[in-house]
Amino acid sequence: MRLLTHNMLSSNIKGVINGFPLRIEVEKVVEKPVDFNPDFLKNMFSKIEWKPLVDASRTMGYAELPEEADASMLDSHDFLQRFHHALLELHLEEGALFCPETNRRFPVNKGIPNMLLHEDEV
Amino acid sequence: MSSFRTAQIPLVSSHREVYEPCDDSFALVDALLADQVKLLNHHPTLCLEFGCGSGYVITSLALILGKEASATHYIATDINPHAIRVTQETLEAHGLHAELVCTDIASGLEKRLAGSVDVLVVNPPYVPTPEDEVGQDGIASAWAGGENGRSVIDRILPVADVLLSDKGWLYMVTLTANNPAQICLQMREKGYASRIVVQRSTEEESLHVIKFWKDADLQVDGKDSTHKTGPGKVVESLISQLPRLSFWRNNSNTSR
Repeated sequence: MRLLTHNMLSSNIKGVINGFPLRIEVEKVVEKPVDFNPDFLKNMFSKIEWKPLVDASRTMGYAELPEEADASMLDSHDFLQRFHHALLELHLEEGALFCPETNRRFPVNKGIPNMLLHEDEV
Repeated sequence: MSSFRTAQIPLVSSHREVYEPCDDSFALVDALLADQVKLLNHHPTLCLEFGCGSGYVITSLALILGKEASATHYIATDINPHAIRVTQETLEAHGLHAELVCTDIASGLEKRLAGSVDVLVVNPPYVPTPEDEVGQDGIASAWAGGENGRSVIDRILPVADVLLSDKGWLYMVTLTANNPAQICLQMREKGYASRIVVQRSTEEESLHVIKFWKDADLQVDGKDSTHKTGPGKVVESLISQLPRLSFWRNNSNTSR
């Protein structure tokens, strides 16, 4: 699971008010190189909640993202490379996504988050 | 990255609990192939598939968009954990990557992905079955569609409406028994125009792959739309012909 996906996932349990972001619990992180594409990053930037990305990447062992970001930084190659690495190249291979509102853990196995709910959670 | 135009069947992984590529899968991929130039010009940032099954369709979509669309991110969901694994294997066998989430339609993704999906592809469970067969574990989830095969389709359409971007396109497989004309009307009320991209009849079933897109002239904004001619006429002609004319394929006057 890339951090882009983490940035798009919310707790889907019945009654949850916010549900975002889910807290990452790491067992295993892997890095997989991805072709660098500035256009994609520029298109995605406005869709990304920055603070959760910074926190998630730090949890995954990458602390090189600035605490705050705005669109003017998209002109910086250095910034784009860090954004690229955090968003696309860090994978949560094993671990969980924890919902602080409900204490529910969504397992992540072999890089795949399982968001399926039990009957009483729907 | 392979140089094939679509996913290669020998490279498509399988599992006894996962639906294998079949006529409906091929019809959907043929629709995407027919629209290849339009898809390339569409420059999608995010592509999504509900119910990825064997991975044949999402893999083919990534191949159809090819290297020119390296600015594209792919996400696929399935309610069946076996299907997610098989999709992962199929993607890897083609040297491709999509983010996979095991979930019901887009549960957990709807909030943050709202208005962001540029291409959505769905081969839904469309087979009419008793209602209690819908949502069962394993391979039955790939086909069991409840009454008129509409149970899951009718849950998918509002989610698609939430997720699609302003320029978003939805490609969906339907069966004649699903009453595709009524589906088009329902989507029209939400501001979507539609077009049949592929029509295919087999001995067992008659399939339509329908493409939906937001049409500003159809936006539900309280304005009287009866005086509008162009897009409305297209939809009406589509709807009038959908159930009857099996040879009717698409409207060459539309730009999408």
